[in-house]
Amino acid sequence: MTDTAISSAPPADRGRTGRMIVYAVVFAIGLALAFAPFLFQDVRSSQVAARICVFIVLAASYDLLIGYTGIVSFAHTMFFGLGAYGAAIALKGMGPGWSAVLVGGGAGVIVAIVLAVLIGVLSLRVKAIFFAMVTLAAASVMMVLASQFSQFTGGEDGIVYKAPDLFKPAAKLLTDGDGKVLKLFGVSMNGKIAAYYFVFLCCFVLFLALIRIVRSPLGTVLEAIRENEMRAEAIGYRVVAYRTSVFVIAAVIASLAGTVWAVWLKYTGPETTLSFAIMIDILLMVVIGGMGTMVGAVIGVVLMSLAQFYLKDLMEAASSATANIPLVPNLLDPDRWLLWLGILFILLVYFFPAGIAGTLMKKGSHR
Amino acid sequence: MNDHVLRLDDVHTDIGEYQVLHGISFNVPEGGVHVLLGRNGAGKTTTLRTIMGLWRARSGAIVFKHHDITAMHTSDIARLGIAYVPENMGIFGGLTVQENMRLATADGSFNDDRLGQIFELFPAMEKFWPKPAWSLSGGQKQMLAISRAIVEKRELILIDEPTKGLAPSIIRAMIAAFQEISRDTTILLVEQNFLFASSLGRNVCVIDDGRIVHHGGMGELAEDKALQTRLLSLSLDAHQ
Repeated sequence: MTDTAISSAPPADRGRTGRMIVYAVVFAIGLALAFAPFLFQDVRSSQVAARICVFIVLAASYDLLIGYTGIVSFAHTMFFGLGAYGAAIALKGMGPGWSAVLVGGGAGVIVAIVLAVLIGVLSLRVKAIFFAMVTLAAASVMMVLASQFSQFTGGEDGIVYKAPDLFKPAAKLLTDGDGKVLKLFGVSMNGKIAAYYFVFLCCFVLFLALIRIVRSPLGTVLEAIRENEMRAEAIGYRVVAYRTSVFVIAAVIASLAGTVWAVWLKYTGPETTLSFAIMIDILLMVVIGGMGTMVGAVIGVVLMSLAQFYLKDLMEAASSATANIPLVPNLLDPDRWLLWLGILFILLVYFFPAGIAGTLMKKGSHR
Repeated sequence: MNDHVLRLDDVHTDIGEYQVLHGISFNVPEGGVHVLLGRNGAGKTTTLRTIMGLWRARSGAIVFKHHDITAMHTSDIARLGIAYVPENMGIFGGLTVQENMRLATADGSFNDDRLGQIFELFPAMEKFWPKPAWSLSGGQKQMLAISRAIVEKRELILIDEPTKGLAPSIIRAMIAAFQEISRDTTILLVEQNFLFASSLGRNVCVIDDGRIVHHGGMGELAEDKALQTRLLSLSLDAHQ
């Protein structure tokens, strides 16, 4: 249904229609991700699909902080990096086994919990801007540490390692009567499929856990805290304790997402996990999708990832198609893709001020 | 037996560099409605906020039952059994009526009998149960704020100017509701509407410039127009 059609409906129906559209889109994205190896069989597509899965969890866990609780943190990639580096260091040191993934991922989670508790208890009492500055400082320190302790982290080059044997391309997941790798719908049931579904299922479970949290009584308390801390205090909720708990939960989820990302990539470095660019990406994904909706993270991540990976290709095709028209090919030059990405974001923010999911789901509201 | 549910003893409160309460002392006996009257800016709201720990008392003591709550955290004070209905109602607009009420329960579950009583007092709450609180009218929001305060048994409810901006018919409904609530709960009411206050209050404290300037029975003040004029700069007639 178009936006015009939504606008002509009565207010209550508009909200319902908007919600239906959002859920339908998210369901379609879920189906596309579930069958991605069969729908898009090239290497780049599976890389994009896996990245989307991991970033949905990362952005959704950030939405738990910024959208549901009103906590602005710049340390989310730090927790993501802790999980990734934990798994990476263990896989490098202990060899490619599940025990290394568990030990490394577990260590990453424990360090993330300790740091989140420390940052939360020490700084969640202060004003939001100061808390944001503290998290920014913590994330910067972690970047420097990752760079300086190169004997463990590989420094700026990062670490290359092997994933568990199940994920090797040569691994046979299913075999036919001759002992060869079985093909389903033209796709070999090998280690690459196993690796993708490891990522997909882990991310699916983590996303469901986040949905469960926001639909629980805790989610209601978080929304109350976001709306007015004082009021929440006055009816008996210790706001600092709740905010710290949520900060820890988001850190744990981000850390686990980092572990999954490390296993998929078989490489961990500052640019793939800890960089400030990733932090900005997550923030944009949540804002574009719609803060405080959880499903908005899914839409935001898909839009951003597709734009980042395919806008250049699209512009190249458009530039060639308009070669005979003056000026247009220059404007559509693939090198200008960042300019168009910026324009796209400005338009999205203009037309969807509460994010895509947020605006559609709240159509008909009169707040 | 301690028959005072709340005692304030020489409470001084500063907001920033300004001293607002200059040694407030009064007792709130158990049961009934007790009224704190005063002009705008006299310190009524500051007194309630100081009791709730939202402003910190610089000196003095606030004792609720046998607990010294002067330096306690707001959420701990609330958990002791004091509910606070602020002037701006303090509801959460983004949550539904049901979610607003559930937030004020100890374990997230409702007592059916109590909920039934609330629906009898405020039928609009049942009607708008699944609706977002922002969609309620001003009077309904006030009803929700009060319903939330009584969704579980409280020892004391602090209510700040509940009739502000409400239509007379809603004020009449509020009077009936407060009479019912005060059967098993003590209410400390801050009010400027003298008619409303005098129809409910058992005792009254008049506050001016951060000091208690009068305390006694409400009947005594309601009958003495000269005293009203002197204390409140308002006569009962002016409100009739």
